[in-house]
Amino acid sequence: MAHCISNVGFPRDELAEFFSLRVWPWLLDDQNPCVSWQSFPISLPLKVPHPSWKLESTDPLLWQLCFEGDWVMSNASTLNAEDFSEMTACLRSGGRLTLDVTGLGVWDSYLMIALIDIVKRCHEHQIAIETSTLPEGMGALLHLSSLVPERTDARKGGAQKTWLERLGESARSVWLDGFFLTQFIGESALSMVALMTGRARFRPIDLWLQIQACGPSALPIVTLISLLVGLILAFVGAVQLALFGAELYIADLVSLGMTREMGALMTAIIMAGRSGAAFAAQMGTMNVNLEISALRVMGFTASDFLVLPRMLALILVMPFLGLYSDLMGIIGGGIVAISFFDIPVTQFIQRTSESVHLTDFFIGLFKCSLFGVLIAVAGCFRGIQCGRSASAVGEAATSAVVTSIVFIVVADSVVTLICNRLGI
Amino acid sequence: MMGTDSVIKVRDLTLAYGDFVIQKDLNFEVRRGDIFVIMGGSGCGKSTLLMHLIGLQKPLHGDIFYGKERLWGVSSEQREQLLRRVGVLFQSGALLSSMTLAENIALPLREFTALSKKEMNQTVSYKLALVGLSGFENYYPSEISGGMQKRAGLARAMALDPEILYLDEPSAGLDPISAQLLDELIQSLRDSLGATIIMVTHELASIFAIGTHSIFLDSEAKTAIAFGSPEELLKTSHDPRVLKFLTRGHPERADRGGHHE
Repeated sequence: MAHCISNVGFPRDELAEFFSLRVWPWLLDDQNPCVSWQSFPISLPLKVPHPSWKLESTDPLLWQLCFEGDWVMSNASTLNAEDFSEMTACLRSGGRLTLDVTGLGVWDSYLMIALIDIVKRCHEHQIAIETSTLPEGMGALLHLSSLVPERTDARKGGAQKTWLERLGESARSVWLDGFFLTQFIGESALSMVALMTGRARFRPIDLWLQIQACGPSALPIVTLISLLVGLILAFVGAVQLALFGAELYIADLVSLGMTREMGALMTAIIMAGRSGAAFAAQMGTMNVNLEISALRVMGFTASDFLVLPRMLALILVMPFLGLYSDLMGIIGGGIVAISFFDIPVTQFIQRTSESVHLTDFFIGLFKCSLFGVLIAVAGCFRGIQCGRSASAVGEAATSAVVTSIVFIVVADSVVTLICNRLGI
Repeated sequence: MMGTDSVIKVRDLTLAYGDFVIQKDLNFEVRRGDIFVIMGGSGCGKSTLLMHLIGLQKPLHGDIFYGKERLWGVSSEQREQLLRRVGVLFQSGALLSSMTLAENIALPLREFTALSKKEMNQTVSYKLALVGLSGFENYYPSEISGGMQKRAGLARAMALDPEILYLDEPSAGLDPISAQLLDELIQSLRDSLGATIIMVTHELASIFAIGTHSIFLDSEAKTAIAFGSPEELLKTSHDPRVLKFLTRGHPERADRGGHHE
């Protein structure tokens, strides 16, 4: 079989011609100092015969199928395999077909698929086919490919589903998703209760590791984003305020905007991308490796051992990150106000402290904690739900981020609406 | 060590994923001190049966008894209590990748025993030494080879000296010498600790070397089609499916009268 692999030819005659006329003489030239024959041991065929077949008949019920040329995959374009259907049309049932491979050059799986096709067609038309004339290797491969009969129920996705079926299925999956999410939230709540009563089984060190991963490590990105958001807010606002000569109110705009809304929202979106995706990927991989099953057998529940430390870490860390983000945003706004719009530093600070009330701060912090819970729920839920393959882990991470962001924005709107109605 | 009392009794067990039945009407008993082999071709539901035996999947029908106690149809606390007597080695070891080997093994110890820190460390070292991994306490699972992960998984499964040890494909993916050593280890665990061992495998060498009793699952019949010690089955079974499996597809070549190693 080795010769079939090493001798994959060039399908184009022109190429072969080019080799035979130009390259080959140059390579074989004794005077040529660049090449020695020994350093070029691969024998290239000068001309590759195209695969072909012909059907010969000596008797109305006796046919011979001759294969000629090189039946290799690189020659595939030169032969139309559909032709075999024409061939079987010539044969009459009850007949007998022999195969002749004396004119055959090199061959690989390309010949095998043709043979399997012919054998199948012959069976369909009740034609006896003689495969014993084939070389040993070919016969063995043919035998091997038909050794285990195809399982009738093994093929997937045969029937096309109607649009109604697909609609129904997706509606059902949304419903199931909601059902499992509720179940998951219930389990996590029970774990929280277990924590309060000191029965939760998890390693405190995991909580510290998660706090480290979610908190301090996120500071650089939170700094950058918040500073820039503050800058943008200030610029956008200042252009409008400058029309009325009220540039001083940039301080109000930036500080209120950051503390009530943007600080919490930006931090939450950063954390959804950072920690939410990480949670989903970690737990998804643990699911793939059966680590979660192993934990369950050892008497640990995933909601205690894995979800609890992550959720606690985010709830604890998020308000601090939000606070930090507020500060950074205000500094960003301050930079713009002071350097571009000539507002004195003291005045900026004074306006800021006058406009922001403690309530605004607390609303921002409350949102941060709430978003922390939502990110942890979305991340861990998608991780636990994850299937057992590498692509499923990727999907889990993606959908964790998407779910978190949807949760965050919806929750933010609801909180803002409530605050507005309550007048705070 | 061989007793006659049954540790595990399986009654009319039907395993299914959703509505798709994998195995039905399984009935068998595992006696104390047995090395019980669950065998069968790929995809016949061996690992699924294991998942049901260790309480990770709920059967569609039927129940499993540990001694006199039911595994299903009781509260999850009771089930957890029951499974405290069980250790499991998963196919890939399933060590927690974020922890070192020592932390992995110490995990059940810290939760369910009152050992001091020093005693815990000693226990961990002892368990690792048993599986030939002394000195690997501070390695992470990703830093050691697949065979070592499997042995470390075994050390963790044995952490609480379980009465019943489940092994899912313990020797798959190991070289012949390591597989042989693992077989010897399993046998000596049974002999010295009096543990009952249930293993899912299709490694014929292991099956004949250490299996004392077995059950053969078939994916077409969707139930168990043979019971008995592997050697006995090879000698007396007339079922072509069983014989084909036990003789690597060539029943005619097997030495059915003599010993088989």
